Amino acid sequence: MSVEASQLAARIGHLPSDRLFVIVSRLAALALLIAALSILSPYFLTWGNFINVMRQAALQFMMAAGLTIVVLTGGIDLAVGAILGLAACLSASLISQGYLVFGVVSALLSGLACGLANGVLVAYGRIPAFIATYGMLWIAHGLGYVFMKGEVIYGLPDGFRFIGAGFVWGIPVPVLIAVALLVVLHVLLHATVLGRAIYAIGGNPTAARLSGMPIERRLLAVYALSGLLSGVAALVVIARINAADSSLGEDLLLPAIAAVCLGGTSLFGGVGGIAGTAIGSVILALIVNGLNLLGVQTFWQNAVMGAIILVSVLADQLGGARLIRQ
Amino acid sequence: MRETAAHPQLVERMPLLQAALHAPGAFYLLAIMGAFLTLWTPGFFTAANLTNVALQVAVLTIVALGMTLIILTEGIDLSLGPVLGLCGVGASLMIVAGYPLPLAIGAAVIIGACFGLLNGTLIAVVGMPPFIVTLGSFGIAQSIATVLTQGDSVVNLPSYFRWFNDGVFLAVPVPIWATFAAFAATWLLLYGTKFGRYVFAIGGNRQALILTGTRVEIYHIAVYVYGGVLAALASFIMTARMNAAHPTIGVGLEFDAIAAVILGGTSFEKGRGGIAGTVVGALAVGVLRNGLNLVGVGTEWQVAIVGLVIITAVALDSLRRLNT
Repeated sequence: MSVEASQLAARIGHLPSDRLFVIVSRLAALALLIAALSILSPYFLTWGNFINVMRQAALQFMMAAGLTIVVLTGGIDLAVGAILGLAACLSASLISQGYLVFGVVSALLSGLACGLANGVLVAYGRIPAFIATYGMLWIAHGLGYVFMKGEVIYGLPDGFRFIGAGFVWGIPVPVLIAVALLVVLHVLLHATVLGRAIYAIGGNPTAARLSGMPIERRLLAVYALSGLLSGVAALVVIARINAADSSLGEDLLLPAIAAVCLGGTSLFGGVGGIAGTAIGSVILALIVNGLNLLGVQTFWQNAVMGAIILVSVLADQLGGARLIRQ
Repeated sequence: MRETAAHPQLVERMPLLQAALHAPGAFYLLAIMGAFLTLWTPGFFTAANLTNVALQVAVLTIVALGMTLIILTEGIDLSLGPVLGLCGVGASLMIVAGYPLPLAIGAAVIIGACFGLLNGTLIAVVGMPPFIVTLGSFGIAQSIATVLTQGDSVVNLPSYFRWFNDGVFLAVPVPIWATFAAFAATWLLLYGTKFGRYVFAIGGNRQALILTGTRVEIYHIAVYVYGGVLAALASFIMTARMNAAHPTIGVGLEFDAIAAVILGGTSFEKGRGGIAGTVVGALAVGVLRNGLNLVGVGTEWQVAIVGLVIITAVALDSLRRLNT
């Protein structure tokens, strides 16, 4: 642990200028957003709105956490939203019929199964990640439609809704779950064999292979973990909104990618981390909250997400961040 | 071509086997689906239904032709579907407002070209990954289309507009003519010009092309612009078929187009493939959807099945690469 700590100190002491740009620009964006929204909307700086933003950020973080780990390996998981939607449909259906345990297990298992399928295709099938997970996106969407037949499930039991809508010591439960997830994933990334492998594969896959790393197994674990985390996020989301339908996952991919990009994780892998995504999720939640407070139509949401993705990656590139290999 | 050249002796001995091994998955899918549907569903092998399939795949083929060039450069354009939707909405709004048709066509082409320019610049000049860039513009195009119509469809199009889908010229429907024209233009571009050779070279070995002193970025951007313009032109057939322009009508079309390209034998790596395969691929996707409709499989299942077909085709392509 002391070795870890000294390494961390050394890394902060010798932070390269590109990482410095990422960190400073994100903190500046955060400060600017808070300042601008406080001036523009009298409602922004209220406790109720603060709780609202933090809960939104927590949900956003859970949806982007698995994706972050995949992106760190130099891959991508375009199916995160669709897997979440499918897991939400299955579990909401079971839970609303009173099978609480089966519902929870079905969300986790369906997420894990989709993630494993992605992992097999990418790691063992050698299929480019964006195309394998893009196919999986439509398979998961399709299965969701087939399962729901256009119906909407609502009215979940109160005991279950606690994990999405409840409070502990005045803090929303999703925020507590997100913080726990952040700690667990941070430790996983920085203090385990799998974590080292994730950075190594993303940083230099050839070197990782030559050093004898079982790359296929590690990649399989990463995509499976991403699927599993989508299942976890699905449970919190349906507990929060108290409903599920087959279109639930459709609009979740762009925000998840936006949160990862805002978090400064390199799209080519090897650089970044889960803490960045947490910051990115807070920025994203603030932007969405600001748009709502200012009365911007929700029709604009996708355009805003698209613009955030393009601008944040472009800014990092122009700001000298070596996020992109030329 | 490249693979057969690597095994000259094998080719001499077993040309048929070799050809069968290297035929794109679309041929097999089309043959199997065709045989199955002809035998089991009486409604399939009729002139009316086959014409219907051809009309349905016209839009898909035109979009997939542009997508082929993009994938040949080792890129992808996920925004083509929503861009098509936006072009349709933009042009229809202008026509309903009383502007003449040529102006509306011009506007649609400019919208398509602008998105291509945006995508191409960020990909070729800045060096951002294609799927991220085009996912971003996916959201932007879809949002703008929805905002323009406030989520509704654009209706009350003048009756002449239906000509784009219903018109017949020399006994051949207009969408089929349009598909032929798009194919011929793309063929000439790809196999008859410097631009075409550079498309293969950008995918095959971009670094070498840069070292020859070529302004690679310009050609690379042009590929995305071409894809956007084809999508803009296809939007007129789509709008005429629906007799309305809906902002989200194109969403998912990019998915079928990618499926058509991959089934047609174009690889995601090293600029291998071509547009003839893409036409067969588009037909295969069209027959697959038509067949699933005839057999009574719902759209929900179709979405999942086409996703599975894409993954299988890419997996087979990857297996074949490992073997050769």
